Amino acid sequence: MLHNLFIGELAARLSNRQISSVELTRHFLARIDRFNPALNAFITLTAERALKDAADADARIASGERGPLLGIPLIHKDIFCTDGVKTSCGSRMLDNFVAPYDATVVARLRAAGTVMLGKSNMDEFAMGSSNETSYYGPVQNPWDVTKVPGGSSGGSAAATAARMAPFATGTDTGGSIRQPAALTGVTGLKPTYGRVSRYGMIAFASSLDQAGVFARSAGDAAAVLQVMAGYDPRDSTSVDVAVPDYSKDISKPLKGLKIGLLREFFEGLEPRNAALIEEALNIYTGLGAETREVSLPHLPLSVPTYYVVAPAECSSNLSRFDGVRFGYRCSNPQDLMDLYKRSRGEGFGAEVKRRIMTGTYVLSAGYFDAYYLKAQKARRLITDDFRSAFEKVDLVIGPTTPTPAFDIGAKMNDPVLMYLNDIYTIGANLAGLPGVSVPCGFVEGLPMGLQLIGPHFAEAVLLNAAHQYQQATDWHKHAPRGYE
Amino acid sequence: MLGLKLRELPRTFSTPTMSLTRHDVEKIAHLARLSITEHEMPVYVSSLSRIVDFVDELSRAETGGVLPMAHPLDGQHQRLRADEVTESDHREKYQANAPAVSAGLYVVPRVIE
Repeated sequence: MLHNLFIGELAARLSNRQISSVELTRHFLARIDRFNPALNAFITLTAERALKDAADADARIASGERGPLLGIPLIHKDIFCTDGVKTSCGSRMLDNFVAPYDATVVARLRAAGTVMLGKSNMDEFAMGSSNETSYYGPVQNPWDVTKVPGGSSGGSAAATAARMAPFATGTDTGGSIRQPAALTGVTGLKPTYGRVSRYGMIAFASSLDQAGVFARSAGDAAAVLQVMAGYDPRDSTSVDVAVPDYSKDISKPLKGLKIGLLREFFEGLEPRNAALIEEALNIYTGLGAETREVSLPHLPLSVPTYYVVAPAECSSNLSRFDGVRFGYRCSNPQDLMDLYKRSRGEGFGAEVKRRIMTGTYVLSAGYFDAYYLKAQKARRLITDDFRSAFEKVDLVIGPTTPTPAFDIGAKMNDPVLMYLNDIYTIGANLAGLPGVSVPCGFVEGLPMGLQLIGPHFAEAVLLNAAHQYQQATDWHKHAPRGYE
Repeated sequence: MLGLKLRELPRTFSTPTMSLTRHDVEKIAHLARLSITEHEMPVYVSSLSRIVDFVDELSRAETGGVLPMAHPLDGQHQRLRADEVTESDHREKYQANAPAVSAGLYVVPRVIE
């Protein structure tokens, strides 16, 4: 079936006119109609516009144009501004917000001829690890609808797993691509900080936020990153480093590749999860890679460090929501202070308010040194650990999450328990490193992810290693029951 | 060395005394310009206390002589662009998202009596 084909296969069929983009778009829209009511993966559907964009793509193909993503449908996380289309960021605050411009990611993918099917559900302002903080309700995991899909990009992950689109965009501030990719059995890539433009991507924590992709294979992720990546003068932290051809060396043999096993990632890991990672390591050894243990002694500091740095940046970024220029405004404000406080109090959900207040506290007079400055120092220690590790190995490997998908509601009453779910993913964000999660097996019928983290700008190395693993295994080809 | 190992991370929290008081949370909420309802207040006092206790783990880290890190990539500095007009006026389009506008101005409650 069309929805099980990879992007390269779809592009070939579009290119030789076996199918049209309109047919492909209708196929996925029909799947969305059928499956989304049970999954709640979307905040907005853009079916009409999709069919029009698909017709435009068909016209480009008819005129002889070819491109790896020309005519391919996709879903954008609702954190990316889309000109003329509601952009809610999963929040009541922006329930009425129609973006007046396209994010650079959206503009680049649009210019490449992709067809947007809709905007995916997400944790409010990307703050969450389960997609339960969305104003639009939780997303269900297609592998088991009583489980979370992970977060914050839960809608993009669930939609990719349920084959409602060949790929979807996401953002990763503390694991928000890799963790939901792991919990839904898809491939999720978080590029190096600065590799993909943040322009038009609603900010959560500006020194950590990075856009990336959900796809069903490393090869597909490479094709999408190729279009997304690159310098953008509109993002002051976008890096002016040449974008390599991510597909060129993707099939390179892994002989001699040095893989570091993160000792700390295995501490406390459940035996069944550890067994899957061991199995993956055996595959890599079989492919000619060399493995050795490496240690990140400061890694245990990463979660507390993150939960100081990210809320601090969030409290600054979200101060723009004031009920004046855009977004929610409370009714009958008594005065300006009342307008600010109630618009924000009513417009933001519980977790967002909690993070804003955490950030306000750690930045406030008398606490700045003890928390914020201390966390920035710890951040350097963690980053230096990774740097030392990459002097010995080409990439490091470990699980993406401590457990498979958990029950909806299980961790909502204890924020710290929820935060600890990000324990393996946060380090890469603090150090600005690229990471990818690939499906590596199942525990009790639920998918688990293998995480690869590389040095800055080593996306091609990660994609090569992920692709070769996927040539040797077929975990990434498993579809949830009922969605085949 | 660090006193904290991954497997020893706190799994449950039963802090007998809250590290933040209701007064603290009211002050933080005011600084953050957030109205917190009576109903929500106890939940924030307890959950923010838990979070503060949790991030207090940082105080055990040895960070003497370590420079604070504000940016994940070394050698990055703030770029300046040329002082040229690059954007056209989109006032109407932008104000279409505003809760209240009048004659091209954003409307707020009276500030000066």
